[in-house]
Amino acid sequence: MIGSTLERRPARRADSSAPRRPGRAGRTDRPGILWAAPALLFFGVFALFPIVLVAWLSLTEWSGLGDPVFVGLDNWLALPQDPEAPGAVWSTVRLTVLCWAVQTPLALLLGVWAAGQQRNRAVLSALFFLPLLLSTAAIALLGHSMFDPNFGLAEVVGPLVGVPDGNFLGNSDLALYMVIGVLTWQFVPFHALIYQAAARQIPRMLYEAAAIDGAGRFRRFLSITLPQLRHTIVASSVLILVGSLTYFETVLLLTGGGPGTASRVLPLHMYIQGFRAFEMGDASVLAVLLVAVGTLLSVLVVRVTGYSRMTSEREGL
Amino acid sequence: MSAASRTRHRRTDRGAVLGLPRRTPTSKSPNILAGLGSVIWLALVAVPLYYLVLTSLRGEDNYLSQGALAWSGLTLGNYGDALRLGFLGYALNSIVVTGATILLVLGLALPAAYAIVRGESRAVRIAFQVILLGLAIPAQAVIVPVYLIITRLNLYDSLVAIILPTAAFSLPIAIIVLTSTLRDVPKELYESMTVDGAGTATIFARLVLPLARPGVITVGIFAGIGAWNGFLFPLVLTQSEELRVLPLGLSTFQSQYTTNVPGLMAAVVLSALPIFALYLFGRRQLLSGLTAGFGK
Repeated sequence: MIGSTLERRPARRADSSAPRRPGRAGRTDRPGILWAAPALLFFGVFALFPIVLVAWLSLTEWSGLGDPVFVGLDNWLALPQDPEAPGAVWSTVRLTVLCWAVQTPLALLLGVWAAGQQRNRAVLSALFFLPLLLSTAAIALLGHSMFDPNFGLAEVVGPLVGVPDGNFLGNSDLALYMVIGVLTWQFVPFHALIYQAAARQIPRMLYEAAAIDGAGRFRRFLSITLPQLRHTIVASSVLILVGSLTYFETVLLLTGGGPGTASRVLPLHMYIQGFRAFEMGDASVLAVLLVAVGTLLSVLVVRVTGYSRMTSEREGL
Repeated sequence: MSAASRTRHRRTDRGAVLGLPRRTPTSKSPNILAGLGSVIWLALVAVPLYYLVLTSLRGEDNYLSQGALAWSGLTLGNYGDALRLGFLGYALNSIVVTGATILLVLGLALPAAYAIVRGESRAVRIAFQVILLGLAIPAQAVIVPVYLIITRLNLYDSLVAIILPTAAFSLPIAIIVLTSTLRDVPKELYESMTVDGAGTATIFARLVLPLARPGVITVGIFAGIGAWNGFLFPLVLTQSEELRVLPLGLSTFQSQYTTNVPGLMAAVVLSALPIFALYLFGRRQLLSGLTAGFGK
């Protein structure tokens, strides 16, 4: 292959004055696996190997100090007796479903809206994406301070929305919804940004043709925008679902899982089991479950929506 | 650059597409619902941010006695407090972690992306598949084994302990972005360098590195923001106060100075300043870094 390149080249670039050395044996322009080896090794040690390791750790007893001791299926068999587990599962299901149901339509509408090139939309979009700039910790702490029933905004807003004492985070019926609210505030701009980029790729002529056919704005959104964005909707949904399933930093900082265990979702329960109760084996069981459910969920979404067939969004154009 | 000019060029057409009242017969009425929705979202975004900045400027006594949103007794003193209470140390740790993570990610991902784009062996293709698989691994689910690995490497409670896994979890996206950047380089460029006798190392240094620049910037921002905002790995893999990075430091501000909320808010504002500056001066690059992997 290199040889044939060498033969063809001089004919085409006869005037080239660059000195040309014939390719030496063993020298090739094709980089081998060695170039990728460091990245692969690194990724293997800190991301792939841990997946295997966590499965093994779920079969051990380990406090974080010393060596893990193999105990077979003990941790798995003890799971049904964990008094916190049912509540944590229920909180996780509610959090995941609600996060998806709230964030997807909001992000979709905002993203499509922000895709417009009007001046006012450009200016407002710059403001809309501001939450993206803050870290999880910053947003959770801001939320915590705002919802402070004594000095925060909650004191003012609470009585207006039927929470006279303004104690949103200390109310076991409300705490999880406050977490969902903060997560929505944090992640909608990110997903809106993805939708914005995707909406800008939709061919203009589709809308023009629809307009000629007399389709109204709502109809165009339903029949053109939504179908054209379906791959983005799937990708964003998988991110939200798997994210809600595993993400716990916000809950930890906002409510600590409380009051009591009212907002203790599974990943937070895993963290508390592992790094507060030092039951690393039990924590690993939960981790394995989270990875399994997350993978299952994303495979399911991808299958059901036909995303895996990778049909073109430009079909029929 | 070119995208911006294209955007400007298309603007008039876009109005028609999205149903704006602009010289098009297709949609005469303004989109009232969308306007209303955007105003509501604006309020939802603006009120917390307004609260954040305002509270950070209020004196502690004022905050405790005047109720939320009182617009009086404003002072910059809280920022001084935040700096005195260890903010600078946390920031320094964050800068080290962020810088090292960016360098490590680029140092590992660039050669890997080069091998994936130009390599012909089966091993390289399998490697790429394996790394794509890694996209699905949530960091939260592996903190226990990562903690075990870090303690076994005798790295627990060091900045290196934060840097290594943070970089590892940025690698899949980094490699995807750089691979797609390098795929855009015309094959002829590689071939003509080979003809001139250049080996893989020379091609990498003289061709790949310069041409990968847009991807390098995106990946740098993506990995940098991930490291700057990262909370989980520092939380689990360090314990000393001297090693706290900003997000972890902020969360301990909260527990240590529960009453000094204005000071905490000032620290939150300070921690976001570098990214805010990036937003002001390099918005397009920042947004492409934030949504890396979803760009096109």
